[in-house]
Order: sequence, then C-alpha cells, then structure tokens
Amino acid sequence: MDGDGLRLNMNGLDYLILALYFVTVLGVGFAARRAIRTSVDFFLSGRSLPAWVTGLAFVSANLGALEIIGMAANGAQYGVMTVHYYWIGAVPAMVFLGIVMMPFYYGSKVRSVPEYLRLRFNRPTHLLNAISFAVAQVLIAGVNLYALALVMQALLGWPLWTAIVVGAAIVLAYITIGGLSGAIYNEVLQFFVILAGLIPVTVIGLVKVGGWNGLMDAVGDTKLGEAGLHAWQDTGSTANPLGAQWIGIVFGLGFVLSFGYWTTNFAEVQRALSAKNMSAARRTPIIAAYPKLFIPLVTVIPGLVALVTVKGLGAESGDLQYNNAIPLLMRDLLPNGVLGVAVTGLLASFMAGMAANVSGFNTVFTYDIWQAYIRRDRSDEHYLRVGRWATVGAVVIGIGTAFIAAGFSNIMNYIQALFSVFNAPLFATFIIGMFWKRMSALAGFWSLLLGTLVSLSLYLLYKGGVVDFNSDLEESFWGAGLAFVTAVVVAAIVTPLTSPKRDEELRGLVYGMGGVDLKGDVLTGDAAWYRSPVLLGLIAVALAALFYIPVF
Amino acid sequence: MSNDGQPAQDPLIDEAQAEQRRSAAARLFDIRRVIGGLFVAYGVIVTLIGIFDSRAEIDKAEGVRINLWAGLAMLVFGLLMLLWQWWRPAEAPSPNEQQPDA
Repeated sequence: MDGDGLRLNMNGLDYLILALYFVTVLGVGFAARRAIRTSVDFFLSGRSLPAWVTGLAFVSANLGALEIIGMAANGAQYGVMTVHYYWIGAVPAMVFLGIVMMPFYYGSKVRSVPEYLRLRFNRPTHLLNAISFAVAQVLIAGVNLYALALVMQALLGWPLWTAIVVGAAIVLAYITIGGLSGAIYNEVLQFFVILAGLIPVTVIGLVKVGGWNGLMDAVGDTKLGEAGLHAWQDTGSTANPLGAQWIGIVFGLGFVLSFGYWTTNFAEVQRALSAKNMSAARRTPIIAAYPKLFIPLVTVIPGLVALVTVKGLGAESGDLQYNNAIPLLMRDLLPNGVLGVAVTGLLASFMAGMAANVSGFNTVFTYDIWQAYIRRDRSDEHYLRVGRWATVGAVVIGIGTAFIAAGFSNIMNYIQALFSVFNAPLFATFIIGMFWKRMSALAGFWSLLLGTLVSLSLYLLYKGGVVDFNSDLEESFWGAGLAFVTAVVVAAIVTPLTSPKRDEELRGLVYGMGGVDLKGDVLTGDAAWYRSPVLLGLIAVALAALFYIPVF
Repeated sequence: MSNDGQPAQDPLIDEAQAEQRRSAAARLFDIRRVIGGLFVAYGVIVTLIGIFDSRAEIDKAEGVRINLWAGLAMLVFGLLMLLWQWWRPAEAPSPNEQQPDA
C-alpha cells in the first residue's frame, strides 16, 4: 500500500469530525475514572453493567479494523460464501455461550477464563493457559495496531510511526484511566460510529450498481461469476470460491474454530463477566448475536460492490489488493462530511479491537499471573496499580509486536494460525471439563498442552514444507481439528489413570453438579419473556438459518 | 442444573468478592448521554455540510444527497438516545446486589 493512489481528500471538517471523536473517547476514559475504587471496578467494571451495554461491547470487541477490512476483502474474493463467517461461524457459538456456558462462568464468580481452569483442573493448567493467552493477546494487539497504521498511512498520508504511536497512546490513555468501564463504554460508542461510517458506503455503493438485483447481475459477469452468489450450492465438492466442502464449513469453521474463539476467548468473555447479574451475563453474547447477523450487509456487500466497480481489484500487491476494497470505495464515493465519519469509523474499529486485547491482557496478567504466582496477599490497591502498569506494558509490547506483524505478508492468515494453535485445544479441554465430571486435573493439563503442541507442530511442519495443504486456510482448519481430537483422546486416556476431583470442588463448575443459580441476583423485569436468554438465543439461530435462504 | 447450594469456594475469588463491597461502580455515568451527544454534534455538522453541498459532491455520491441524509439520520439517532435516557433513566444498583451469595 505505498504511493498516493489511495489518498483521501480529507478537508478541515472531516478532521473536525475525527478530532471530536478522539476528544470524546478520552473524555469517556476520564469520566469512567470516578467509578473505580477497587480492582473489580477496574477489571470487571464492578460487575454492574446492563446487558445492552455489555452485548454491544461484546460484538464491538470483535469488530476490529482487521475484521471489517478482512471481511470486505473476503467478500470481494470469495463472494457470498463469506457470510459463513457470521451465520454459521459466529451466531450459534455466541448463543451456546450465553445459554449453556455462561451459567458456569458467571455463576462461579471467576474473574477470567484461565481462573475457571484453575478451579476446574489445577494450577499448572491455569498457568499454561494464562501465559499462552497473555502472549496471544499482545501478538494480536500488535496485528491490530499494524493494520490500522497501514490504513492511516495509505488514506491520510500519516507516517507509519505516527499512526502507530497516536493510536496506541489513545487506547493506552483511556484504559489506564478508565479501566474496563472506559474500554466497554468506548466500545459501545465505537459500535455506532463504525456503523455510521459503513452504512453510507454501502448505500451509495448499491445505488451505483443498481440495487441488489443490479449487484447480483453484475457479480455474475466478474471473475467470481455465478458461484460468488451462493453460500451452500457448490459445497458438495471443493469446487467453490472458498475451496471448502460443507462438512469442513460446518465442523471446522462452524464448530471447532468458531466455538473455540467465541466461548473461550477471554477478550470476549470478559465483557459478559462485567454484566450486573446472571440474566444480563447470559444475554450479553446473545444480544451481540443480533448485530452480528446484520454486519455482513455492511462488509460483504461493499466487498462485492468493489469487485464490480473497481477495475483490476484483486492484484497481488499495490493499491488494488482485496484488502483495500472499503478504502477504495470510500475514496470513490464519499464526499467530505460522510467521508470524515467513515474514516473515524475505521479508526474506531481499530481501537475497539486493540482495546479488547489490552483489557483482556491486563486482567489475566494481574489476577492470573501476578496475584496467583508472584505476589500473593497484597492489598487491593496494589493489584489496581499492577493492572494500570500491565496496561502500559501491553501497549508498549503491542507496538513491538506491530513490527513482528509487519514481517508477515498476509496478516489474516497469521491470525488464523494463532487461533488454531491457541483456541482449538482450549475449547476441547473446556467443553470436556464442563460436561464430564470425571475428567481429572492432570487430564486437563495434558489435553491442553498436547493439543496446543500438535497444532503448533502441524503449523511449523507446513511452514517448513514437510506437510502440504491447498491453502493456509486449509492448514488452520486441519490444525484446529487435529488439536481438538488430540485433546479429546488425551483426556480419555489420562482420566482413567488418574484420580478425579472431589464432587464438592466441582460445584458450580461442571454440568449436573449443582451450585448454579440461574435466578440468583434477579432484578425486576428480568422475568419478562423478551429477556429470556433461551428464547432470544433460539430466535437468533433461526434468523441465521432463514438469512441463508435467499443466498443458498 | 439444580439450584441448590453454592458454587465451590476459592480464597482469591472470595477476596475479590469482599472487595466488591467498596465498589464505586454505581458512580459510572450513563453512556447513552455520550452517544446521544456525539451523534447530535455529528448530525448537525454533516447536515449543514449537506445543505451547502455543491453539484460536484452530489455527483460523486451517485446523485444521492448523502451528507444531508446521513446527517439527518445521525441527528435523529442522537436525539433518540437522549430521549431514551430521559425517559428511562438508569436505576441505581440496589445495595443488596453488592453482596451476592453472602
């Protein structure tokens, strides 16, 4: 993305809109400071937030710049099949998290996902997961930072360094000052700003190609062709744009990768843990599923519009890479004014992604590494201070890892590789531990460790040219699947050889052991039918299925 | 899932639960005010730009007066947020919420 080809024609008013946003974000951070007195206030917002706030923050934490730019790129490259990442690759897992898993997370009062592993299994499992999570978060924060800096450099002409430091400094300021409340409140704000930026691009894009029907006709004439308009039709074989069979889509993407990401990623789960009661915590991911259903409208459609209207899109390098689909449309279609809003939206989406990584990191570092293994029994103020310093550390390391990310030609594949190594074995260990009370503490440790090692080895063998796959994406599907199977097999072998945990230690942590109070701290109004997590969840899944009908 | 009894206990978690009684979370302001405020400001700015848009700008957006429409939409959205906050102010957390499972 070098050269001036993508440079947007921003004027003073556009910059005013951008500046207004920066000021508001920092103001939210400072205002949230008043609500922090304890470490629980700082790391979990004092468990006081309403469900609509945590729900929008939940979806926003995933709506990083990578997600928006990457999914529009996928829309242009793979066509309508990109919706699989939303309708089967996200919504069912979010609903499952809310209905089935959240009672154990929220009910046991754990403060993080690794902490659940400490209670369910043992300290080695806990430490292993806490460290691997912390490492993954700073790596991903670096990717987010680098992706944004690239966009700002191309669109606004800011030097790479300036863009990285300005972005990092703002995130640092509002999280250090405002804690998780600062992060979550800004994520809710960011959610709306991102939409305000993407909707005008989509609307004008559709007007340009003659509406939905015009778009469908035009896509048929592109290199993607008719196949770009169907999500399932050609998935009996791999002869479709994504190169994936339906079984790979359903089990690889829809089950292992998606459940691994949405149900065990603490950067996401943390948002639900900050909800004010059990009902709100369970509704958090389910409320998030509704916007998630509709986000492809503002990512995949612009991707297809760009494919149709931008001549030569899909180049290997330069300005016409798929990744530039949305920036190119912004340049071509938006006049000053909405242009400023759209640039602000892109910036907001980057900050949302990075803030989620950083706030997840500082909590796990403080509670799961510092308090559990390094300095125990200190005052709450001590941990609050450590949390603030951990935030500074995470952002500084993030700037460093941004330059690691700069070494990878395809950032999205780097991210997928990270997920298949870290998330898939974790999900397997979790799901068995949550539903099989006999699974022993040692089995938990070995499942997690060997699952991670198997996936990591496969990745390294593939990179080293020893094992061959059709694409990086196929490698990550296989890596995730193999890690999952390894964890299951190890659990089945090790458990009978080792002693189980006592029943009373498993209360509130394992299905069927009791100790989960779904109606605990219930508030007036939570009993209303429209606040039932199960009903809301089933409607979301039904909608996801219905949405497939017009693009089957 | 039966409803009887308490989840397993852990010293670190109990400590955090005890600290929660000192929580200042109730002093958190209402985010609807900020969203409403920012969107009203954006709405006014973009609508004004939209009113004075030249032919060239309208042509760039395929003949759609996008600044005007987007500005008005953001203005209405911002006002709705403020209205919602005014109509249903956030209820302060009740004191017994601070001591769950006590």
